[in-house]
Amino acid sequence: MNQPLLSVKNLKTYFPIKKSLFNKRHHFVKAVDGISFEVNEGETLGIVGESGCGKSTMGRSILRLIEPTEGSIKFKGNEVTTLKQTDLRKMRKDMQIVFQDPYASLNPKMTVGAILGEALATHQLGQSAKERKEKVKELLSKVGLSSNHIGRFPHEFSGGQRQRIGIARAIAVNPSIIIADEPVSALDVSVQAQILNLFQDLKETLGLTYIFIAHDLSVVKHVSDRIGVMYLGKIVELSDKKQLFQQPLHPYTQALMSAVPSLDPDIKKERIILTGDLPSPSNPPTGCAFHTRCKFGKAVCVHVIPRETEVAPGRFVKCHMYDKEHRADFF
Amino acid sequence: MKKNKGAVVGAMILLFFIITSALAPVIAPYPINEMNFEDSLQGPSMAHWLGTDEFGRDIWTRMLYGGRVSLLMGLFAVTLSGTIGVILGVLAGYYRKLDIYIMQFIDILMTFPSLLMAIAIVAVLGVGLTNAMIAVAISVVPSFVRVVRGSVLSIRETEYVEASRAIGVKNWKIICKHILPNVASPIIILATLEFGGSILSAAALSFLGLGAQPPNPEWGALVFVGKSFLSQAWWMTLFPGLAIMLVVLGFNLLGDGLRDALDPRSK
Repeated sequence: MNQPLLSVKNLKTYFPIKKSLFNKRHHFVKAVDGISFEVNEGETLGIVGESGCGKSTMGRSILRLIEPTEGSIKFKGNEVTTLKQTDLRKMRKDMQIVFQDPYASLNPKMTVGAILGEALATHQLGQSAKERKEKVKELLSKVGLSSNHIGRFPHEFSGGQRQRIGIARAIAVNPSIIIADEPVSALDVSVQAQILNLFQDLKETLGLTYIFIAHDLSVVKHVSDRIGVMYLGKIVELSDKKQLFQQPLHPYTQALMSAVPSLDPDIKKERIILTGDLPSPSNPPTGCAFHTRCKFGKAVCVHVIPRETEVAPGRFVKCHMYDKEHRADFF
Repeated sequence: MKKNKGAVVGAMILLFFIITSALAPVIAPYPINEMNFEDSLQGPSMAHWLGTDEFGRDIWTRMLYGGRVSLLMGLFAVTLSGTIGVILGVLAGYYRKLDIYIMQFIDILMTFPSLLMAIAIVAVLGVGLTNAMIAVAISVVPSFVRVVRGSVLSIRETEYVEASRAIGVKNWKIICKHILPNVASPIIILATLEFGGSILSAAALSFLGLGAQPPNPEWGALVFVGKSFLSQAWWMTLFPGLAIMLVVLGFNLLGDGLRDALDPRSK
Protein backbone atom coordinates (compact mmCIF):
# COMPACT_ATOMS: atom_id res chain seq x y z
CA MET A 1 0.00 0.00 0.00
CA ASN A 2 1.11 3.51 -0.68
CA GLN A 3 0.80 6.30 1.78
CA PRO A 4 -2.72 6.53 3.21
CA LEU A 5 -4.82 9.53 2.15
CA LEU A 6 -5.74 10.37 5.70
CA SER A 7 -4.05 9.19 8.82
CA VAL A 8 -5.35 10.02 12.26
CA LYS A 9 -3.18 9.32 15.29
CA ASN A 10 -4.27 9.46 18.90
CA LEU A 11 -6.89 12.13 18.21
CA LYS A 12 -8.44 13.60 21.35
CA THR A 13 -11.17 16.18 21.63
CA TYR A 14 -12.07 17.21 25.16
CA PHE A 15 -14.67 19.79 26.09
CA PRO A 16 -13.97 21.57 29.37
CA ILE A 17 -16.82 21.89 31.86
CA LYS A 18 -16.48 24.67 34.36
CA LYS A 19 -17.50 23.56 37.80
CA SER A 20 -17.58 26.88 39.58
CA LEU A 21 -15.72 30.14 39.81
CA PHE A 22 -13.48 28.99 42.66
CA ASN A 23 -13.07 25.35 41.85
CA LYS A 24 -10.49 25.56 39.09
CA ARG A 25 -10.01 21.82 38.87
CA HIS A 26 -10.71 21.05 35.24
CA HIS A 27 -13.28 18.51 34.26
CA PHE A 28 -13.63 17.39 30.70
CA VAL A 29 -16.14 15.66 28.53
CA LYS A 30 -13.89 13.27 26.66
CA ALA A 31 -15.91 13.16 23.47
CA VAL A 32 -13.07 11.74 21.39
CA ASP A 33 -10.47 9.96 23.47
CA GLY A 34 -7.47 8.73 21.54
CA ILE A 35 -8.60 7.57 18.12
CA SER A 36 -6.22 6.29 15.46
CA PHE A 37 -6.99 5.03 11.98
CA GLU A 38 -5.96 5.35 8.39
CA VAL A 39 -8.05 5.82 5.29
CA ASN A 40 -6.67 4.83 1.91
CA GLU A 41 -7.56 6.56 -1.30
CA GLY A 42 -10.78 5.31 -2.86
CA GLU A 43 -12.05 3.35 0.13
CA THR A 44 -14.96 3.95 2.44
CA LEU A 45 -14.39 3.74 6.15
CA GLY A 46 -17.59 3.27 8.09
CA ILE A 47 -17.84 4.45 11.69
CA VAL A 48 -20.62 3.03 13.85
CA GLY A 49 -21.58 3.56 17.45
CA GLU A 50 -24.56 4.55 19.54
CA SER A 51 -25.57 8.16 19.96
CA GLY A 52 -23.28 10.15 22.18
CA CYS A 53 -20.22 8.01 21.55
CA GLY A 54 -18.40 10.85 19.79
CA LYS A 55 -18.82 9.90 16.13
CA SER A 56 -19.85 13.34 14.96
CA THR A 57 -17.32 15.12 17.14
CA MET A 58 -14.63 12.95 15.59
CA GLY A 59 -15.77 13.90 12.07
CA ARG A 60 -15.82 17.59 12.91
CA SER A 61 -12.46 17.38 14.67
CA ILE A 62 -10.80 15.93 11.56
CA LEU A 63 -12.09 18.93 9.59
CA ARG A 64 -11.12 21.20 12.48
CA LEU A 65 -14.65 22.55 12.67
CA ILE A 66 -14.09 21.68 16.31
CA GLU A 67 -10.49 22.15 17.39
CA PRO A 68 -9.02 18.84 18.52
CA THR A 69 -7.28 18.86 21.90
CA GLU A 70 -4.44 16.51 21.05
CA GLY A 71 -3.18 14.16 18.39
CA SER A 72 -2.19 14.32 14.78
CA ILE A 73 -4.19 14.35 11.56
CA LYS A 74 -2.13 13.85 8.42
CA PHE A 75 -3.91 14.51 5.14
CA LYS A 76 -1.93 13.72 1.97
CA GLY A 77 1.15 13.75 4.15
CA ASN A 78 0.51 17.24 5.58
CA GLU A 79 -0.25 17.86 9.22
CA VAL A 80 -3.72 19.40 9.52
CA THR A 81 -3.77 20.24 13.23
CA THR A 82 -1.08 22.90 12.96
CA LEU A 83 -2.30 24.61 9.78
CA LYS A 84 -2.79 28.37 9.94
CA GLN A 85 -6.25 29.75 9.15
CA THR A 86 -5.34 30.80 5.60
CA ASP A 87 -3.79 27.42 4.77
CA LEU A 88 -6.66 25.64 6.48
CA ARG A 89 -9.07 27.48 4.20
CA LYS A 90 -7.22 26.19 1.16
CA MET A 91 -7.17 22.67 2.57
CA ARG A 92 -10.95 22.77 3.02
CA LYS A 93 -11.30 22.47 -0.74
CA ASP A 94 -9.99 18.91 -0.40
CA MET A 95 -12.02 17.77 2.61
CA GLN A 96 -15.75 18.18 2.77
CA ILE A 97 -18.63 17.21 5.01
CA VAL A 98 -22.25 16.20 4.45
CA PHE A 99 -24.47 16.83 7.44
CA GLN A 100 -27.10 14.76 9.12
CA ASP A 101 -30.08 17.09 9.11
CA PRO A 102 -30.91 18.37 5.62
CA TYR A 103 -33.39 20.80 7.17
CA ALA A 104 -30.74 22.57 9.23
CA SER A 105 -27.82 22.42 6.85
CA LEU A 106 -29.19 24.77 4.17
CA ASN A 107 -29.60 28.49 4.78
CA PRO A 108 -33.37 29.14 4.48
CA LYS A 109 -32.77 32.63 3.07
CA MET A 110 -30.58 31.54 0.14
CA THR A 111 -31.52 29.98 -3.16
CA VAL A 112 -29.96 26.72 -4.27
CA GLY A 113 -27.95 28.64 -6.85
CA ALA A 114 -26.59 30.97 -4.15
CA ILE A 115 -25.73 28.11 -1.79
CA LEU A 116 -23.78 26.17 -4.40
CA GLY A 117 -22.38 29.34 -5.98
CA GLU A 118 -20.89 30.34 -2.62
CA ALA A 119 -18.84 27.15 -2.52
CA LEU A 120 -17.58 27.74 -6.07
CA ALA A 121 -16.81 31.42 -5.52
CA THR A 122 -14.91 30.72 -2.29
CA HIS A 123 -12.34 28.65 -4.15
CA GLN A 124 -12.40 30.65 -7.40
CA LEU A 125 -13.89 27.80 -9.38
CA GLY A 126 -15.35 29.50 -12.42
CA GLN A 127 -14.21 32.96 -13.46
CA SER A 128 -17.49 34.77 -14.03
CA ALA A 129 -20.91 34.56 -12.42
CA LYS A 130 -22.21 33.11 -15.67
CA GLU A 131 -19.61 30.38 -15.70
CA ARG A 132 -20.41 29.52 -12.10
CA LYS A 133 -24.09 29.32 -12.91
CA GLU A 134 -23.31 26.74 -15.59
CA LYS A 135 -21.27 24.78 -13.05
CA VAL A 136 -24.10 24.89 -10.54
CA LYS A 137 -26.46 23.46 -13.16
CA GLU A 138 -23.93 20.75 -13.88
CA LEU A 139 -23.69 19.95 -10.16
CA LEU A 140 -27.45 19.75 -9.83
CA SER A 141 -27.67 17.21 -12.63
CA LYS A 142 -24.83 15.23 -11.07
CA VAL A 143 -26.84 14.76 -7.89
CA GLY A 144 -30.05 14.01 -9.74
CA LEU A 145 -31.82 17.36 -9.52
CA SER A 146 -33.14 19.43 -12.39
CA SER A 147 -31.18 22.49 -13.50
CA ASN A 148 -34.29 24.66 -13.21
CA HIS A 149 -34.23 24.11 -9.45
CA ILE A 150 -31.46 26.69 -9.31
CA GLY A 151 -33.65 29.63 -8.27
CA ARG A 152 -35.63 27.81 -5.60
CA PHE A 153 -35.33 28.07 -1.84
CA PRO A 154 -34.60 25.09 0.43
CA HIS A 155 -38.13 24.96 1.89
CA GLU A 156 -39.48 24.10 -1.56
CA PHE A 157 -37.69 20.74 -1.50
CA SER A 158 -38.28 17.41 0.22
CA GLY A 159 -35.82 15.96 2.72
CA GLY A 160 -34.18 13.72 0.14
CA GLN A 161 -33.84 16.54 -2.35
CA ARG A 162 -32.35 18.79 0.32
CA GLN A 163 -29.79 16.14 1.14
CA ARG A 164 -28.91 16.00 -2.57
CA ILE A 165 -28.28 19.76 -2.43
CA GLY A 166 -26.07 19.20 0.62
CA ILE A 167 -24.11 16.59 -1.30
CA ALA A 168 -23.86 18.90 -4.33
CA ARG A 169 -22.38 21.57 -2.06
CA ALA A 170 -19.80 19.10 -0.77
CA ILE A 171 -18.71 17.93 -4.23
CA ALA A 172 -18.79 21.45 -5.69
CA VAL A 173 -15.19 22.12 -4.69
CA ASN A 174 -13.85 18.78 -6.04
CA PRO A 175 -12.77 17.31 -2.71
CA SER A 176 -10.83 14.07 -2.44
CA ILE A 177 -12.43 12.99 0.83
CA ILE A 178 -15.95 13.52 2.16
CA ILE A 179 -16.94 12.97 5.75
CA ALA A 180 -20.57 11.93 5.73
CA ASP A 181 -22.01 12.54 9.18
CA GLU A 182 -25.09 10.30 9.37
CA PRO A 183 -26.27 11.60 5.99
CA VAL A 184 -29.28 9.30 5.74
CA SER A 185 -30.48 8.89 9.32
CA ALA A 186 -32.92 11.80 9.01
CA LEU A 187 -34.52 10.36 5.86
CA ASP A 188 -37.12 7.66 5.47
CA VAL A 189 -36.03 4.25 4.29
CA SER A 190 -36.98 4.44 0.60
CA VAL A 191 -35.17 7.77 0.25
CA GLN A 192 -32.20 6.43 2.24
CA ALA A 193 -31.57 3.86 -0.47
CA GLN A 194 -31.60 6.50 -3.20
CA ILE A 195 -29.15 8.71 -1.34
CA LEU A 196 -26.85 5.76 -0.57
CA ASN A 197 -26.83 4.85 -4.25
CA LEU A 198 -26.02 8.45 -5.09
CA PHE A 199 -23.03 8.26 -2.73
CA GLN A 200 -21.88 5.07 -4.47
CA ASP A 201 -22.28 6.58 -7.96
CA LEU A 202 -20.40 9.72 -7.04
CA LYS A 203 -17.63 7.68 -5.48
CA GLU A 204 -17.10 5.84 -8.75
CA THR A 205 -17.43 8.79 -11.12
CA LEU A 206 -15.46 11.29 -9.04
CA GLY A 207 -13.01 8.90 -7.36
CA LEU A 208 -14.00 9.95 -3.85
CA THR A 209 -12.98 8.61 -0.48
CA TYR A 210 -15.55 8.55 2.32
CA ILE A 211 -15.60 8.42 6.05
CA PHE A 212 -19.16 7.31 6.55
CA ILE A 213 -20.55 7.87 10.04
CA ALA A 214 -23.80 6.13 10.97
CA HIS A 215 -25.56 4.38 13.79
CA ASP A 216 -27.38 2.01 11.45
CA LEU A 217 -25.32 -1.13 10.85
CA SER A 218 -27.13 -2.15 7.68
CA VAL A 219 -26.38 1.27 6.14
CA VAL A 220 -22.72 1.03 7.07
CA LYS A 221 -22.56 -2.53 5.77
CA HIS A 222 -23.94 -1.39 2.44
CA VAL A 223 -21.43 1.39 1.80
CA SER A 224 -18.22 0.58 3.67
CA ASP A 225 -15.06 -1.35 2.88
CA ARG A 226 -13.77 -1.22 6.43
CA ILE A 227 -15.64 -0.47 9.62
CA GLY A 228 -14.62 1.07 12.90
CA VAL A 229 -16.82 0.50 15.94
CA MET A 230 -16.83 3.36 18.43
CA TYR A 231 -17.67 3.23 22.10
CA LEU A 232 -17.31 6.20 24.43
CA GLY A 233 -14.86 8.14 22.32
CA LYS A 234 -12.67 5.18 21.43
CA ILE A 235 -12.55 2.83 18.46
CA VAL A 236 -12.92 -0.61 20.07
CA GLU A 237 -12.72 -2.63 16.88
CA LEU A 238 -11.48 -1.76 13.41
CA SER A 239 -11.75 -4.34 10.74
CA ASP A 240 -12.56 -5.32 7.22
CA LYS A 241 -16.32 -5.32 6.64
CA LYS A 242 -16.64 -9.03 5.81
CA GLN A 243 -14.65 -10.22 8.79
CA LEU A 244 -16.46 -7.90 11.14
CA PHE A 245 -19.87 -9.17 10.14
CA GLN A 246 -18.85 -12.81 10.02
CA GLN A 247 -16.98 -12.88 13.26
CA PRO A 248 -17.27 -9.87 15.51
CA LEU A 249 -14.58 -10.01 18.19
CA HIS A 250 -15.18 -7.24 20.69
CA PRO A 251 -18.09 -7.94 23.05
CA TYR A 252 -19.60 -4.58 22.16
CA THR A 253 -19.48 -5.35 18.45
CA GLN A 254 -21.08 -8.72 19.16
CA ALA A 255 -23.92 -7.00 20.98
CA LEU A 256 -24.38 -4.56 18.08
CA MET A 257 -24.40 -7.37 15.52
CA SER A 258 -26.99 -9.31 17.44
CA ALA A 259 -29.32 -6.33 17.14
CA VAL A 260 -29.33 -6.36 13.34
CA PRO A 261 -32.69 -7.72 12.18
CA SER A 262 -32.44 -10.69 9.87
CA LEU A 263 -34.51 -11.23 6.75
CA ASP A 264 -34.69 -14.97 7.36
CA PRO A 265 -37.17 -15.78 10.14
CA ASP A 266 -35.74 -19.30 10.58
CA ILE A 267 -32.35 -18.13 11.71
CA LYS A 268 -32.28 -18.24 15.46
CA LYS A 269 -29.90 -15.69 16.85
CA GLU A 270 -28.78 -15.11 20.35
CA ARG A 271 -29.77 -11.56 21.12
CA ILE A 272 -27.27 -9.87 23.43
CA ILE A 273 -29.06 -7.22 25.45
CA LEU A 274 -26.81 -4.57 26.93
CA THR A 275 -27.97 -3.42 30.31
CA GLY A 276 -27.68 0.10 31.57
CA ASP A 277 -27.01 3.32 29.71
CA LEU A 278 -23.95 4.58 27.93
CA PRO A 279 -21.74 5.86 30.77
CA SER A 280 -21.10 9.60 30.89
CA PRO A 281 -18.07 10.64 28.83
CA SER A 282 -17.30 13.28 31.48
CA ASN A 283 -16.73 10.52 34.00
CA PRO A 284 -15.91 7.37 32.06
CA PRO A 285 -15.46 4.01 33.84
CA THR A 286 -11.94 3.05 34.88
CA GLY A 287 -10.03 0.45 32.92
CA CYS A 288 -11.97 -0.72 29.90
CA ALA A 289 -14.81 1.78 29.32
CA PHE A 290 -17.12 -1.07 28.37
CA HIS A 291 -16.66 -3.18 31.52
CA THR A 292 -19.86 -1.86 33.13
CA ARG A 293 -21.95 -3.50 30.43
CA CYS A 294 -19.74 -6.38 29.33
CA LYS A 295 -20.84 -9.95 30.09
CA PHE A 296 -17.24 -11.23 30.01
CA GLY A 297 -15.98 -8.57 32.41
CA LYS A 298 -13.19 -9.66 34.76
CA ALA A 299 -11.20 -7.89 37.45
CA VAL A 300 -8.53 -6.86 34.98
CA CYS A 301 -11.11 -4.95 32.89
CA VAL A 302 -11.95 -2.68 35.83
CA HIS A 303 -8.37 -1.61 36.42
CA VAL A 304 -6.39 -1.82 33.20
CA ILE A 305 -7.12 0.08 30.02
CA PRO A 306 -7.00 -2.45 27.16
CA ARG A 307 -4.32 -2.00 24.52
CA GLU A 308 -4.94 -2.07 20.82
CA THR A 309 -4.20 -5.60 19.63
CA GLU A 310 -3.73 -6.55 16.00
CA VAL A 311 -5.34 -9.99 15.94
CA ALA A 312 -5.02 -10.40 12.18
CA PRO A 313 -3.49 -8.13 9.52
CA GLY A 314 -5.53 -4.93 9.47
CA ARG A 315 -7.78 -6.13 12.26
CA PHE A 316 -7.56 -4.24 15.52
CA VAL A 317 -9.40 -4.88 18.78
CA LYS A 318 -9.19 -3.16 22.12
CA CYS A 319 -10.13 -5.92 24.52
CA HIS A 320 -8.20 -7.92 27.14
CA MET A 321 -9.69 -11.16 25.80
CA TYR A 322 -7.48 -10.86 22.73
CA ASP A 323 -4.41 -9.52 24.47
CA LYS A 324 -1.82 -12.24 25.10
CA GLU A 325 -0.94 -10.78 28.46
CA HIS A 326 -4.44 -11.07 29.95
CA ARG A 327 -5.87 -13.85 27.83
CA ALA A 328 -5.38 -16.39 30.57
CA ASP A 329 -7.83 -14.53 32.83
CA PHE A 330 -10.70 -15.35 30.52
CA PHE A 331 -10.23 -18.93 29.42
CA MET B 1 -51.51 41.05 7.96
CA LYS B 2 -55.25 40.92 7.44
CA LYS B 3 -55.81 39.02 10.65
CA ASN B 4 -53.72 41.46 12.62
CA LYS B 5 -56.07 44.33 13.42
CA GLY B 6 -53.75 45.91 15.98
CA ALA B 7 -50.93 46.25 13.50
CA VAL B 8 -53.24 47.82 10.92
CA VAL B 9 -54.55 50.35 13.44
CA GLY B 10 -50.96 51.10 14.51
CA ALA B 11 -49.85 51.58 10.94
CA MET B 12 -52.78 53.90 10.25
CA ILE B 13 -52.04 56.06 13.29
CA LEU B 14 -48.41 56.33 12.22
CA LEU B 15 -49.31 57.05 8.63
CA PHE B 16 -51.55 59.92 9.80
CA PHE B 17 -48.75 61.52 11.82
CA ILE B 18 -46.09 60.95 9.18
CA ILE B 19 -48.18 62.44 6.37
CA THR B 20 -49.35 65.46 8.39
CA SER B 21 -45.80 66.17 9.57
CA ALA B 22 -44.39 65.83 6.09
CA LEU B 23 -47.05 68.14 4.68
CA ALA B 24 -46.79 70.62 7.57
CA PRO B 25 -45.81 73.65 5.42
CA VAL B 26 -48.76 72.96 3.10
CA ILE B 27 -51.55 72.23 5.55
CA ALA B 28 -50.57 74.40 8.52
CA PRO B 29 -53.17 77.18 8.81
CA TYR B 30 -50.78 79.78 10.30
CA PRO B 31 -47.07 80.61 10.06
CA ILE B 32 -45.27 78.67 12.75
CA ASN B 33 -43.90 81.51 14.84
CA GLU B 34 -46.52 84.16 14.15
CA MET B 35 -47.46 85.80 17.42
CA ASN B 36 -50.83 87.36 18.00
CA PHE B 37 -51.28 88.69 21.51
CA GLU B 38 -54.98 89.44 21.08
CA ASP B 39 -55.63 85.72 20.63
CA SER B 40 -53.32 84.44 23.38
CA LEU B 41 -54.45 81.46 25.45
CA GLN B 42 -57.60 80.87 23.39
CA GLY B 43 -59.36 77.54 23.75
CA PRO B 44 -60.11 75.30 20.80
CA SER B 45 -62.30 77.06 18.25
CA MET B 46 -63.02 77.07 14.52
CA ALA B 47 -60.19 79.55 13.92
CA HIS B 48 -57.71 77.70 16.13
CA TRP B 49 -58.66 73.99 16.19
CA LEU B 50 -56.49 73.12 19.13
CA GLY B 51 -56.34 76.57 20.70
CA THR B 52 -53.43 79.02 21.05
CA ASP B 53 -50.51 79.44 23.42
CA GLU B 54 -49.45 82.34 25.60
CA PHE B 55 -48.18 84.28 22.56
CA GLY B 56 -51.31 83.54 20.51
CA ARG B 57 -49.50 81.01 18.32
CA ASP B 58 -51.69 78.28 16.81
CA ILE B 59 -51.15 74.96 18.65
CA TRP B 60 -52.23 72.80 15.67
CA THR B 61 -49.64 74.54 13.47
CA ARG B 62 -46.93 74.11 16.06
CA MET B 63 -47.80 70.46 16.56
CA LEU B 64 -47.55 69.78 12.82
CA TYR B 65 -44.03 71.19 12.77
CA GLY B 66 -43.21 69.61 16.11
CA GLY B 67 -44.12 66.20 14.71
CA ARG B 68 -41.30 66.56 12.19
CA VAL B 69 -38.78 67.11 14.98
CA SER B 70 -40.13 64.30 17.15
CA LEU B 71 -40.34 61.71 14.37
CA LEU B 72 -36.90 62.61 13.02
CA MET B 73 -35.48 62.36 16.53
CA GLY B 74 -36.91 58.87 16.82
CA LEU B 75 -35.61 57.89 13.38
CA PHE B 76 -32.15 59.20 14.10
CA ALA B 77 -31.97 57.60 17.55
CA VAL B 78 -33.13 54.21 16.25
CA THR B 79 -30.81 54.28 13.23
CA LEU B 80 -27.79 55.23 15.32
CA SER B 81 -28.48 52.82 18.19
CA GLY B 82 -29.52 50.08 15.76
CA THR B 83 -26.28 50.38 13.79
CA ILE B 84 -24.08 50.39 16.88
CA GLY B 85 -26.18 47.68 18.53
CA VAL B 86 -26.10 45.34 15.54
CA ILE B 87 -22.34 45.73 15.11
CA LEU B 88 -21.62 45.10 18.80
CA GLY B 89 -24.19 42.31 18.99
CA VAL B 90 -22.76 40.48 15.96
CA LEU B 91 -19.21 40.86 17.27
CA ALA B 92 -20.19 39.56 20.71
CA GLY B 93 -22.24 36.70 19.34
CA TYR B 94 -19.89 35.58 16.59
CA TYR B 95 -16.45 36.19 18.07
CA ARG B 96 -16.79 34.44 21.41
CA LYS B 97 -13.57 35.91 22.78
CA LEU B 98 -14.96 39.45 22.49
CA ASP B 99 -18.23 38.43 24.09
CA ILE B 100 -17.30 38.90 27.71
CA TYR B 101 -15.82 42.38 27.17
CA ILE B 102 -18.74 43.68 25.11
CA MET B 103 -21.40 42.16 27.34
CA GLN B 104 -19.76 43.41 30.55
CA PHE B 105 -19.80 46.89 29.05
CA ILE B 106 -23.44 46.52 28.03
CA ASP B 107 -24.35 45.19 31.46
CA ILE B 108 -22.78 48.26 33.02
CA LEU B 109 -24.83 50.47 30.69
CA MET B 110 -27.96 48.55 31.66
CA THR B 111 -27.52 49.14 35.37
CA PHE B 112 -28.61 52.75 34.83
CA PRO B 113 -32.26 53.49 34.12
CA SER B 114 -32.25 54.61 30.50
CA LEU B 115 -33.76 58.03 31.10
CA LEU B 116 -31.37 58.71 33.95
CA MET B 117 -28.47 57.77 31.74
CA ALA B 118 -29.77 59.95 28.92
CA ILE B 119 -29.90 62.84 31.38
CA ALA B 120 -26.34 62.14 32.47
CA ILE B 121 -25.13 62.03 28.87
CA VAL B 122 -26.86 65.34 28.08
CA ALA B 123 -25.24 66.77 31.20
CA VAL B 124 -21.86 65.80 29.78
CA LEU B 125 -22.47 66.72 26.13
CA GLY B 126 -24.52 69.85 26.79
CA VAL B 127 -28.17 70.73 26.29
CA GLY B 128 -29.60 70.63 22.76
CA LEU B 129 -31.51 68.68 20.18
CA THR B 130 -28.58 66.77 18.65
CA ASN B 131 -27.11 65.84 22.00
CA ALA B 132 -30.50 64.66 23.21
CA MET B 133 -30.75 62.40 20.18
CA ILE B 134 -27.30 60.94 20.85
CA ALA B 135 -28.19 60.43 24.51
CA VAL B 136 -31.37 58.60 23.63
CA ALA B 137 -29.52 56.50 21.05
CA ILE B 138 -26.89 55.42 23.57
CA SER B 139 -29.53 54.49 26.12
CA VAL B 140 -31.25 52.23 23.57
CA VAL B 141 -28.06 50.46 22.39
CA PRO B 142 -28.06 47.75 25.14
CA SER B 143 -31.41 46.30 24.12
CA PHE B 144 -30.24 46.00 20.50
CA VAL B 145 -26.98 44.35 21.52
CA ARG B 146 -28.72 41.80 23.69
CA VAL B 147 -31.31 40.82 21.09
CA VAL B 148 -28.81 40.63 18.24
CA ARG B 149 -26.23 38.72 20.27
CA GLY B 150 -28.82 36.15 21.30
CA SER B 151 -29.97 35.59 17.74
CA VAL B 152 -26.43 35.41 16.39
CA LEU B 153 -25.51 32.85 19.04
CA SER B 154 -28.23 30.51 17.86
CA ILE B 155 -27.59 31.07 14.13
CA ARG B 156 -23.82 30.56 14.36
CA GLU B 157 -24.34 27.05 15.71
CA THR B 158 -26.58 25.98 12.83
CA GLU B 159 -25.32 23.41 10.37
CA TYR B 160 -25.50 25.77 7.41
CA VAL B 161 -23.03 28.11 9.08
CA GLU B 162 -20.86 25.10 9.90
CA ALA B 163 -21.12 23.98 6.28
CA SER B 164 -19.89 27.38 5.12
CA ARG B 165 -16.98 27.17 7.52
CA ALA B 166 -16.24 23.69 6.19
CA ILE B 167 -16.14 25.13 2.68
CA GLY B 168 -13.72 27.78 3.86
CA VAL B 169 -15.89 30.88 3.55
CA LYS B 170 -14.35 33.86 5.32
CA ASN B 171 -15.88 35.02 8.59
CA TRP B 172 -17.09 38.39 7.36
CA LYS B 173 -18.81 36.73 4.42
CA ILE B 174 -20.50 34.26 6.73
CA ILE B 175 -21.70 37.20 8.83
CA CYS B 176 -23.03 39.13 5.82
CA LYS B 177 -24.60 36.28 3.89
CA HIS B 178 -25.72 33.82 6.55
CA ILE B 179 -25.96 35.52 9.93
CA LEU B 180 -27.39 38.97 9.17
CA PRO B 181 -30.23 37.86 6.86
CA ASN B 182 -31.35 35.37 9.48
CA VAL B 183 -31.32 37.84 12.39
CA ALA B 184 -33.06 40.56 10.36
CA SER B 185 -36.60 39.96 11.60
CA PRO B 186 -35.93 40.39 15.33
CA ILE B 187 -33.94 43.53 14.47
CA ILE B 188 -36.84 44.98 12.46
CA ILE B 189 -39.30 44.24 15.26
CA LEU B 190 -37.08 45.73 17.94
CA ALA B 191 -36.38 48.82 15.82
CA THR B 192 -40.12 49.44 15.46
CA LEU B 193 -40.72 49.07 19.19
CA GLU B 194 -37.70 51.21 20.09
CA PHE B 195 -38.83 53.90 17.65
CA GLY B 196 -41.78 54.67 19.92
CA GLY B 197 -39.63 54.40 23.03
CA SER B 198 -37.04 56.79 21.59
CA ILE B 199 -39.67 59.40 20.74
CA LEU B 200 -40.97 59.13 24.29
CA SER B 201 -37.48 59.48 25.81
CA ALA B 202 -36.65 62.39 23.53
CA ALA B 203 -39.90 64.09 24.49
CA ALA B 204 -39.13 63.44 28.15
CA LEU B 205 -35.71 65.06 27.77
CA SER B 206 -37.28 68.06 26.04
CA PHE B 207 -39.91 68.26 28.77
CA LEU B 208 -37.12 68.42 31.33
CA GLY B 209 -35.58 71.23 29.31
CA LEU B 210 -32.61 69.15 28.18
CA GLY B 211 -33.59 68.51 24.58
CA ALA B 212 -35.32 70.77 22.10
CA GLN B 213 -35.41 74.34 23.38
CA PRO B 214 -38.39 76.69 23.01
CA PRO B 215 -39.46 78.11 20.58
CA ASN B 216 -38.65 74.83 18.80
CA PRO B 217 -42.08 73.15 18.72
CA GLU B 218 -40.91 69.59 19.55
CA TRP B 219 -43.81 67.82 21.27
CA GLY B 220 -42.03 67.34 24.57
CA ALA B 221 -41.04 71.00 24.55
CA LEU B 222 -44.66 72.00 23.86
CA VAL B 223 -45.79 70.04 26.91
CA PHE B 224 -42.99 71.65 28.92
CA VAL B 225 -44.11 75.17 27.99
CA GLY B 226 -47.75 74.28 28.45
CA LYS B 227 -47.32 73.00 31.99
CA SER B 228 -46.80 76.58 33.26
CA PHE B 229 -50.27 77.41 31.99
CA LEU B 230 -51.93 74.16 33.03
CA SER B 231 -54.62 75.82 35.13
CA GLN B 232 -55.59 78.36 32.42
CA ALA B 233 -54.96 76.49 29.17
CA TRP B 234 -55.24 72.69 29.39
CA TRP B 235 -55.11 72.39 25.59
CA MET B 236 -51.48 73.51 25.49
CA THR B 237 -50.34 70.31 27.22
CA LEU B 238 -53.13 67.88 26.41
CA PHE B 239 -52.84 67.83 22.62
CA PRO B 240 -49.03 67.48 22.27
CA GLY B 241 -49.16 64.88 25.05
CA LEU B 242 -51.88 63.02 23.20
CA ALA B 243 -49.80 63.09 20.02
CA ILE B 244 -46.82 61.54 21.83
CA MET B 245 -49.04 58.88 23.33
CA LEU B 246 -50.67 57.99 20.01
CA VAL B 247 -47.38 57.73 18.12
CA VAL B 248 -45.84 55.51 20.78
CA LEU B 249 -49.00 53.40 20.82
CA GLY B 250 -48.89 53.18 17.01
CA PHE B 251 -45.29 51.93 17.01
CA ASN B 252 -46.00 49.41 19.76
CA LEU B 253 -49.06 48.02 17.96
CA LEU B 254 -47.12 47.80 14.69
CA GLY B 255 -44.14 46.19 16.42
CA ASP B 256 -46.30 43.56 18.10
CA GLY B 257 -48.01 42.88 14.79
CA LEU B 258 -44.69 42.53 12.98
CA ARG B 259 -43.47 40.13 15.65
CA ASP B 260 -46.46 37.89 15.04
CA ALA B 261 -46.17 38.20 11.26
CA LEU B 262 -42.43 37.49 11.11
CA ASP B 263 -42.39 34.64 13.60
CA PRO B 264 -42.52 31.44 11.56
CA ARG B 265 -44.00 29.53 14.49
CA SER B 266 -47.14 31.68 14.50
CA LYS B 267 -47.97 30.83 10.88
